[in-house]
Amino acid sequence: MAELKPADRMKIKRHEMPNQDQVIRRGNFEEVALGYAAETARTEAERCLQCKDPKCVQGCPVGVLIPQFIKALREGDMVKAVEWMKVKNNLPAICGRVCPQEVQCEGSCILGKKGEPVAIGRLERYVGDFELSQRTCPLVKALKTGKKIAVVGSGPAGITCAVDLGREGHDVTIFESLHGPGGVLIYGIPEFRLPKGVVHGEISYAADCLGIDIKTDHVIGRSFTLDELLEDFDAVFLGTGAGLPSFMRIPGINLNGVMSANEFLTRVNLMKAYQFPDYDTPVKLGRKVAVVGAGNVAMDSVRCSARLQSLQAKQTGEVPGEAHIVYRRSKDEVPARQEEVHHAAEEGVIFNFLTNPIEILGDEKGNVRALRCVRMELGEPDASGRRKPVEIKGSEFDMEMDTVIMALGTNPNPIVFVDAAGLERTKYGTAVADNDTGRTKKKRVWAGGDVVTGAATVISAMGAGKRAAADIGKFLKGECSWD
Amino acid sequence: MYKILKKEVLSNVVKLMDIDAPHVARKAKAGQFVIVRIDEFGERIPLTIADYDREKGTITIIFQELGKSTMHLGMLNPGDSLASFAGPLGHPTEIENFGTVICMGGGVGIAPIYPITRALKEAGNKVISIIGARTKDLIFWEDRMRAVSDELIVCTDDGSRGRKALVTEPLKEILGDNDRKIARVWAIGPAIMMKFVTLATKPFNVPTIVSLNTIMIDGTGMCGGCRVLLEDGAQFVCVDGPEFDGHKVDWDSLLSRLSYYREEERKAVEHWEHKCRLDGTLVKGRE
Ligand SMILES: Cc1cc2nc3c(=O)[nH]c(=O)nc-3n(C[C@H](O)[C@H](O)[C@H](O)COP(=O)(O)OP(=O)(O)OC[C@H]3O[C@@H](n4cnc5c(N)ncnc54)[C@H](O)[C@@H]3O)c2cc1C
Ligand code: FES
Repeated sequence: MAELKPADRMKIKRHEMPNQDQVIRRGNFEEVALGYAAETARTEAERCLQCKDPKCVQGCPVGVLIPQFIKALREGDMVKAVEWMKVKNNLPAICGRVCPQEVQCEGSCILGKKGEPVAIGRLERYVGDFELSQRTCPLVKALKTGKKIAVVGSGPAGITCAVDLGREGHDVTIFESLHGPGGVLIYGIPEFRLPKGVVHGEISYAADCLGIDIKTDHVIGRSFTLDELLEDFDAVFLGTGAGLPSFMRIPGINLNGVMSANEFLTRVNLMKAYQFPDYDTPVKLGRKVAVVGAGNVAMDSVRCSARLQSLQAKQTGEVPGEAHIVYRRSKDEVPARQEEVHHAAEEGVIFNFLTNPIEILGDEKGNVRALRCVRMELGEPDASGRRKPVEIKGSEFDMEMDTVIMALGTNPNPIVFVDAAGLERTKYGTAVADNDTGRTKKKRVWAGGDVVTGAATVISAMGAGKRAAADIGKFLKGECSWD
Repeated sequence: MYKILKKEVLSNVVKLMDIDAPHVARKAKAGQFVIVRIDEFGERIPLTIADYDREKGTITIIFQELGKSTMHLGMLNPGDSLASFAGPLGHPTEIENFGTVICMGGGVGIAPIYPITRALKEAGNKVISIIGARTKDLIFWEDRMRAVSDELIVCTDDGSRGRKALVTEPLKEILGDNDRKIARVWAIGPAIMMKFVTLATKPFNVPTIVSLNTIMIDGTGMCGGCRVLLEDGAQFVCVDGPEFDGHKVDWDSLLSRLSYYREEERKAVEHWEHKCRLDGTLVKGRE
């Protein structure tokens, strides 16, 4: 294609993502977004204006070299596109699928001021998928340094830190308590949004190239303590996430049929309960499901519910049950990614905004029967800048339900802090760590990701893993001291 | 992968295995448990650590073939491997010299009560042990228990071995004997047995420790599926337990939660037996 003028570029419309049909996809767990075809990706890439001072890069928590990779892509040099990508991002096939681009790179894109931003996330995914299938530029390990590093937790923070340190020539061992690596990417985010093959592919590709040893079934704080790791390793990075679910303090929380979103998603995603009894782990879901909350976790839970209900209906011949979101604020405050909310609505999810549960009612067998709620209205903005929901007096009502899934946020899991004297924590249970370096208050221990920030995003966890890896590298080379 | 090194058949539905798992054995203590996953398709099931050998790096597990996973496990043999083996999880039993204590094991609960009994005996306690089961074939490790107890009482529901009684009967007699001052009771077994033990000890105000075996998924505090209602709120069995003050447990809620997945458990067994028939693999050990 001849070199286009900016005005021509701006005439090209943003390309929609091809999706699996909304009716069909409600009955399966296959990926919803199908990915751009080669030609679509090329034309979408033509929309980029190659700004001298690219705002998109500033909007990215890890500073992906966006104009460079897009330029290579549209010139048809995919290998170069992958190279530019991997300067800053080791897991593009994952980020392209789960990052909240609308508030990051795409939110800053200059085209978005008047029209629609370049579909950076979809292009990132395109490049990531190309590399996963072609493997054109394997990561290279620098000369061995002889330094040993332990990374605890194999979510995005841990993996990113491990890969960056591996590239520098250090010997890295990852300790993971579950039976497979990936953290939330494998136990939380469902197959239809992030196929597990992609996660395993990205992680094993990087780990194999760099000789990273991944020890699963190793619970730090139990099998080994942090202090024991410090005896054997030169540095330790904690990327243990925020996996401890919180339950609402309302009556009825212990009834049968009330679950945390983590329990539900772990059964469905990690343990593949949607393929029970071929897989051993079941999940019990009623014909009326309420998911409380409206973040990504809630959207994932409600969309998994809708799918399971359709699968059940196929077997029984009945019409599928109902999957509800129950959220105390309004539509405008929904914290989940836009795309997920949109997809959920297409899949028939019922949204109950300005509705707050106050009690779960049970039947004589101890099973959930209904969710008692009150209606809310929006008042003054609170500390988070969002308008605070206030109860409308006397507005109680019951919604008939058989399953209630709580998606109300999580806190750091405390096990890793056993025998870790000197590792300071906040009153919320998160580890205290420097934002720029990831250094904790305990010598030779770094931390990053959800364990420090509380539940956040994949890319922010990766950013923290990267910054810590850089600082660990400097410290081990003796370029800086601890104090 | 974690190799099965030894297998013993303790009764027609209770089996013992030694598993090669140095990362668990190095720290394992009485009262803790492991999470086991047989293969790629397997669920994560909690099993109490029945014994350990730090030098050899092995863990002994004992299980009763109740559902699909334990039936499947029972068909494996030395040389076979397990896909996952994580632990030691949960808090170890608090061992001190309390004075005179009672250790009770019901059915497969005899396995986990054994290392606790041994540790209590080693710590200088006078230990009275009561073990029981439905019938004599389900009693195992009687000799081992005798070796670490000052006194051992065996009961069966049908009287085929020892006393024809529920374990709570001799318990009540001992508690009612004014000459004996019981400092503490440990009880491990089916939930219903533990419930009745706590009811029996309550009037005598004897602290009673139970080890709960709720449904678990991760076993590391991530899902809350294992939660149990105590007098002062809900707790996670996998990280806060598995041992609790039995007098604080809401037994009815626990029993109801334990039965919530019964229908699916039955389906899983049916599916498994069907698959075994197709494969021509005999479902061994079950008549
Ligand atoms: C359902 C769901 C959907 C989400 N959707 C999105 C999304 O669309 N976009 C987005 O950007 N973010 C999303 N998030 C948030 C994002 O997944 C997290 O912010 C991110 O994964 C945090 O990464 P991490 O590496 O800090 O921790 P995690 O991914 O939580 O990984 C921590 C790992 O450490 C392990 N671990 C914990 N304790 C120990 C121990 N003691 N010893 C050994 N290992 C241990 C855990 O098993 C786990 O594997 C979602 C989260 C959930 C739950
Ligand atoms: S088993 Fe998941 S929290 Fe205990």
